[in-house]
Amino acid sequence: MPTSYLVLILYCAATVGLAMLLAGYMHRVFSGERVWLSPILGPVERGCLAAAGPAATRPQGWAAYAMAVLMFNLAGFVFLYAVLRLQGALTWNPEAIGPMSPDLAFNTAISFVTNTNWQAYSGEVQLSYLAQMVGLTVQNFVSAATGMAVAVAVIRGFVAGGDGRVGNFWTDLVRATLYVLLPISILAAIVLIWQGVPQSLGAYIRATTLEGASQVIAQGPAASQIAIKQLGTNGGGFFGVNSAHPLENPTILSNMVQSVLILLIPVSFCFLFGRMVGDRRQGWAVFAAMGALFVAGLLLIHGFEQAGNPMLTEATGISGANMEGKEVRFGATLSALWAQATTAASNGSVNAMHDSFMPLSGLVMLLNMQIGEVIFGGVGAGFYGMLLYIVLAVFLAGLMVGRTPEYLGKKIEGREVTLAVLAFLSMPLGILIFGALSAVVPAGLAAVQDAGPHGLSEILYAYSSATGNNGSAFGGFGAAAPFHTTLQGIAMLLGRYAIIVPMLAVAGSLATKRAAPATAGTFPTHGPLFVILLIVTVLILGALTFFPALVLGPIAEHVSMLGGQSF
Amino acid sequence: MNEHIRPAITTLGLMIALTGLAYPLAMTGLGQALMPEQANSSLLSRDEHVVGSAIVGQAFDAPGYLHPRPSAVDYDAAAAGASNLAPTSASLLADQAERAEAFRTENGASRVPVDAVTTSGSGLDPHISPQNAAAQVGRIAQARGVAEPEIQRLIAQHVEPRWLGIFGEPRVNVLLTNLALDAAFPLAPTAPSS
Repeated sequence: MPTSYLVLILYCAATVGLAMLLAGYMHRVFSGERVWLSPILGPVERGCLAAAGPAATRPQGWAAYAMAVLMFNLAGFVFLYAVLRLQGALTWNPEAIGPMSPDLAFNTAISFVTNTNWQAYSGEVQLSYLAQMVGLTVQNFVSAATGMAVAVAVIRGFVAGGDGRVGNFWTDLVRATLYVLLPISILAAIVLIWQGVPQSLGAYIRATTLEGASQVIAQGPAASQIAIKQLGTNGGGFFGVNSAHPLENPTILSNMVQSVLILLIPVSFCFLFGRMVGDRRQGWAVFAAMGALFVAGLLLIHGFEQAGNPMLTEATGISGANMEGKEVRFGATLSALWAQATTAASNGSVNAMHDSFMPLSGLVMLLNMQIGEVIFGGVGAGFYGMLLYIVLAVFLAGLMVGRTPEYLGKKIEGREVTLAVLAFLSMPLGILIFGALSAVVPAGLAAVQDAGPHGLSEILYAYSSATGNNGSAFGGFGAAAPFHTTLQGIAMLLGRYAIIVPMLAVAGSLATKRAAPATAGTFPTHGPLFVILLIVTVLILGALTFFPALVLGPIAEHVSMLGGQSF
Repeated sequence: MNEHIRPAITTLGLMIALTGLAYPLAMTGLGQALMPEQANSSLLSRDEHVVGSAIVGQAFDAPGYLHPRPSAVDYDAAAAGASNLAPTSASLLADQAERAEAFRTENGASRVPVDAVTTSGSGLDPHISPQNAAAQVGRIAQARGVAEPEIQRLIAQHVEPRWLGIFGEPRVNVLLTNLALDAAFPLAPTAPSS
């Protein structure tokens, strides 16, 4: 289908083009330079930082920066948990929705603070408008801003000239929110309202259908939350079925806008990196590695979904794309595109149900998450995740040629490699250990919907999504059971902070070193050889760790399907 | 650690005011003032009663109406949802085979479009494919006592093309088409049962 390939190409071109523009803007924002929004936002920024006190502008070393991240996220968690528990007694609750249960509120608060936005609840049934706005929308912004701030700090570590400073968290946080997230969200929200996403505080409407049945039409302040949900790679839907819901994503235009927003900031970080380190080729090299992995996954999912389900053809004689769990207006192409973007970018919103995708499409989505969400990844998080692999890749290259590895002139030594490996280990721990636990404990197994290998895929998906801070789900999995809300909560914390803290420590360590000038013996990190090395490192370290589990899940299901075996 | 407490609390408070109150309320004000129809879920009224939303699917069973796709939640808009079943699920395949048989019997169609046997992700898909709509023309024409070409023409007018000619899929909005069918070819006051 040539048209659908044209769609994919136009999407990629538009996203990369906008991301390059945004990178220049973000570079000025995070350097504290004037931008065209400064006349309006400058006073707000200065007001916020003045209110926060002198600690909000003083340069910080890595440990202080990390502590500020943790304190801010802890405060956000406490506040959000309180709102979810108290929403029944608060205002803007026209549907008289009661409080969330303690374990679900724990899970949801962690989920939004860690930028995962896993949803074990259904928004239109379990959340008041106040909780959606003051609770969730706020964390949509600040968890994204936290990720961006940490990434900028980690990049500074690679550039800093020896004083060990990586910036100030509060300043970075306020700037990311004010100058980047808020203006783009406002624009996107206006477009989404125009396209039919509700934005109201009124009660749900009871309609009487043409055939006399009654139907409840949901309302709510949805567009404002959906805009930042996509831009901040949050992904938590206003409604339970996320962007498959016609009120959350009514038109093809709304779908394309949301699809571009998913990858906009993550792609932009590659180019921001190039600008910050003063050598744009370095940014292009990282972009090339991420882009190659992205396109490969996209073509695979697109191919499997377009080809459709052979078992359906066998049973009914019907052929065509795999449309189970997909909307007619999006079809297989836009659903496949979204599935790849949302799992690569740690966004986790969906416009089609991943549980009903073909087995090998599921495999690609699982891998996107399991390698640590580094194919562009979450805003900021994807980039510092990829820097982890870069540290390991140059270390491997150094071993091969017998030289002390260097990146951007900084020596990569034992301490950096140890910390990077430590961060890397959080993924297998959260996915394989917690997943294995769920697969043997009866309370864990009870959540599995499908029989056969797909059941294992459901468990794997849930823990890959939580640890990767993605938030999408194989929806048949009964994630609301207390066993999983608790274990998933821990997996989300692990996948967020067990990577943030060691990566900031890497940055802090590098920030104390001076960059050595490049010599003839320096391994160039901007050329095709480095790009290939980086891709291979991601695939070997990331993919091989999870390969045995994937064989028992999606690959076994695919082989069974070819053999005509249903479950 | 103490040095972080003040900025943590003040920054969080300011962010709540800015992104949790000012931003959504400003967007609500703007939406309600400039685009009230869309901002309130695109409601459709007939004879002063709200009959649904232009963008939310609803169930239709009567033979004189265009039928939507199957729905895992029976078009209950308060509990949107999908089957979430795997392509290799025996129960899903059995459901799909049953729906295919029902579609053939109901419409006398030989070719069954794939969207007529699969449930959507939301369970509220407002659209069907043009092939699905075309297969239902005979049944609708008979129920309304109208010649097939007239129904065909009306449905053709309701086929929405791809956006910009390339993005998304061609589709027919079931509720909008049924409202148009009622307006153009009214059913007898008590619809005949099939």
